[in-house]
Amino acid sequence: MSHTQTTPGKHHFAHHFKDAHHEFDSCKVGMWLFLLQEVLFFAPLFVAYSLFRSTHPEAFLEASHLLNWKLGAFNTAVLISSSFTMALGVNAAQRGLHRKTVKYLALTILFSIIFLIVKYFEYTHKIHAGLLPAGMFSHPVQHDKTPIFFSIYFMMTGLHGIHVLIGIGLIFWIMMRAKNEEFGPEYFTPVELVGLYWHFVDLVWIYLFPLLYLIR
Amino acid sequence: MNTHHHILSVKHCSIIFGTLLIFTLLTVAAAHMDFGYFNFPLAMLIATIKASLVVFYFMGLKFDSTENRVIFFSSFIFLAIFIVLISSDVLFRKADVYVPHNEIFNAKKFSSEEVPHD
Amino acid sequence: MYSDTTADQEEKNNYLNHSKGIKSWLTSLDHKRIGVMYLFSILIFFLVGGIFALIVRTELWGPTKTFIDANTYNQAFTYHGTIMTFMVILPLIPSAIGNIILPMQLGAKDVAFPRLNLISYYVYMSGALLAVVTLFVGRVDTGWTFYTPYSIRTGGATILVLAGAFLMGFAAILTALNFIVTVHKLRAPGLTWSKLPLFIWCLYATNIIQMLATPVIALTLMLLTFERLMGIGIFDATLGGDPVLFQHFFWFYSHPAVYIMILPAMGIINEVIPVFSRKTIFGYGGMAVAVFGIALVSFVVWGHHMFTSGQSETANFIFSLITMFVAVPTGIKMFGWIATMYQGSIRLDTPMLYALSFLFVFLVGGLTGVFLATLPLNVHLTDTYFVVAHFHYTMVGGAIMAFLAGLHYWYPKFVGKMYLEIPARIGCVLTFVGFNVTFLPQFVMGIRGLPRRYYDYPPEFTQLNQVSTVGSFLIAFGLLWTFLFLIISAYKGPKAPRNPWGANTLEWQTSSPPYHENFETQPIVTKGPYDYHS
Repeated sequence: MSHTQTTPGKHHFAHHFKDAHHEFDSCKVGMWLFLLQEVLFFAPLFVAYSLFRSTHPEAFLEASHLLNWKLGAFNTAVLISSSFTMALGVNAAQRGLHRKTVKYLALTILFSIIFLIVKYFEYTHKIHAGLLPAGMFSHPVQHDKTPIFFSIYFMMTGLHGIHVLIGIGLIFWIMMRAKNEEFGPEYFTPVELVGLYWHFVDLVWIYLFPLLYLIR
Repeated sequence: MNTHHHILSVKHCSIIFGTLLIFTLLTVAAAHMDFGYFNFPLAMLIATIKASLVVFYFMGLKFDSTENRVIFFSSFIFLAIFIVLISSDVLFRKADVYVPHNEIFNAKKFSSEEVPHD
Repeated sequence: MYSDTTADQEEKNNYLNHSKGIKSWLTSLDHKRIGVMYLFSILIFFLVGGIFALIVRTELWGPTKTFIDANTYNQAFTYHGTIMTFMVILPLIPSAIGNIILPMQLGAKDVAFPRLNLISYYVYMSGALLAVVTLFVGRVDTGWTFYTPYSIRTGGATILVLAGAFLMGFAAILTALNFIVTVHKLRAPGLTWSKLPLFIWCLYATNIIQMLATPVIALTLMLLTFERLMGIGIFDATLGGDPVLFQHFFWFYSHPAVYIMILPAMGIINEVIPVFSRKTIFGYGGMAVAVFGIALVSFVVWGHHMFTSGQSETANFIFSLITMFVAVPTGIKMFGWIATMYQGSIRLDTPMLYALSFLFVFLVGGLTGVFLATLPLNVHLTDTYFVVAHFHYTMVGGAIMAFLAGLHYWYPKFVGKMYLEIPARIGCVLTFVGFNVTFLPQFVMGIRGLPRRYYDYPPEFTQLNQVSTVGSFLIAFGLLWTFLFLIISAYKGPKAPRNPWGANTLEWQTSSPPYHENFETQPIVTKGPYDYHS
């Protein structure tokens, strides 16, 4: 703050901030606030899940065994890998390594597309088997609350999937900007923020995996 | 200026990544063994350890300001409030709160119900 | 006081004249212009919602049909409720007045993310228009609460209204995020947390509630949409779901939302009362803590809306008990305001008149809230006109009175002209009298057991209903009168000085209307917001 200068390079911070660091800090607080609301955005689904599971454990047990835990585990590994490459991408951007940034961001996109493809096969299998939200459910099951599990399953994974899709768009956008060599040690705010978002998407899945696939 | 920013080194990233994968295997393994009552708490414990690694290292909250830590973790406090207070309803409903339709006006049923906190 | 050249300079550089043309407004990143756009849009919706209120009241002039059929009546109260809560009262003070005043009170040039601020405005507008458009394509009759299972089964364009409410919620979240970062990061040098004006504290607490509660309603409305589209069954008992769960989700947001409406209103009262009493606010620290007390308690009391929903007795007991605690911080604030006025040199200008009306009306609203929180009494009063009167006393009496107080208080700053004092006072009296004539009879009708939302009623309620209807037209007249004279004042009013009220907060240190970037030089804060004797 004491010896403030305009940032060298292409980025100029907005006029109402003291310096680039002030802007970076403010943006980061904004992003954490956004993640706070994301937690509460997912909250009703987790609440509905825990209530129905605690009142009807047997139905959830039955339903969970109708899911393919191997695909779930594979997707967990894929998403963790994408988080890893995202972290490496942020690291490269912070050090101003443009080509590495682009490479890692591209890898992140690749992993997230693999995630979505696996998800697609899971969904089509469920649809063919009639394992659908309660109103359209047509699979023979023993417990009458089992269809509710699939309602929650589709809402949770669907909402998570939408977040993955948005994430792909965002990563693609910063990858293009990284290609233009816009980021470096002085300015990497967008990469940092998209990184936070992407790790959060990973975070949700870390809970979804045991909650949906691994009930016993 | 960039001295303010903490950069997570490639080495640390890789260590975290490896640990996350190991814990993923662990959670799958745990799900195939029976710990009785502890099945669910164990699964949640492992998930929380993984989530903490992601939050503190990949998201850098360990090196971030207290402000951001307070912001993020307060969301879980309110999530907890949400779950606990709804549970006070759903888990404590008496079966006969939902009387079958033809019995709703059966006065005998209501008089036999104990009246709480009178 | 200022030479002509300074005055000319101010005239040329103020935010209203900074750039010309409708496009320069619609794409403006200036928080003041965005605030003004919010203000005008919200006031238009206020007019629409008000017309629906008058339709409802006119229909209730006599038992059975007066001039519309029962279905139209159901739609009219649905639109009145939905428009007034989601489009008017929720964003009214934070997004309109807050947008203009918050950065100025902080001594900042703008909010932290000006572009996001503009985006929020357009998201809000698209949500609001989406909801209003349903008036022409399949009207909605669910009531503003969208309770399942009726909202799953009923026809109409319910999904469009749900989507509209979702978008408006999203806009509110983005605005709240913006304001919180602004308060954290853009305070003027010397403006420590303990020197923040209480209006800022109230907005800050409001924004925290917005961030924490709004996402829940957003997802709940989304689930309801999917319930209608493909029958996910979570809220549908015929598919194994739980309709009461919807009420829980709904009120987890909507109860805190009540405080989203009232906390900014309290914030305005906090500003107006010390200025017009020429006294430091009584118990600054206590007042600030009480705001957060209210915000926190607001999250743990939602079940008191559901005492008769089939909720467990355990939950009823817990929620009834905790609800009583709301009265504590609210009481602290009431006593704080009264103690501030005690032995002050009170000036009864229009903002102060509105603030005093607020105190009276809000006291009635708050105390009847305690009645309703009492479990046994609530079972008798649930869904009667008593509830209707209670929440109109807090939401309309509270929020609208305070909004009008704030609008008159900051009018010289917004427009650069003084409002015309005598007509404004007449408007205040008309609105206040009309308000009480409308809603006091509803308390009586409610205690006598008249259920709300009904098209028809027994003939013995005719007289009280007619009094109420007359009152509603009096409110409408008072409000139209007030806004008419505010518009006239913008042309005929005397030029406003920088600080017509002798207030201490930062927004009064710049010109009226303020410069494009708020201040000529970065202000530095050395004394508290309510130091009138130092």
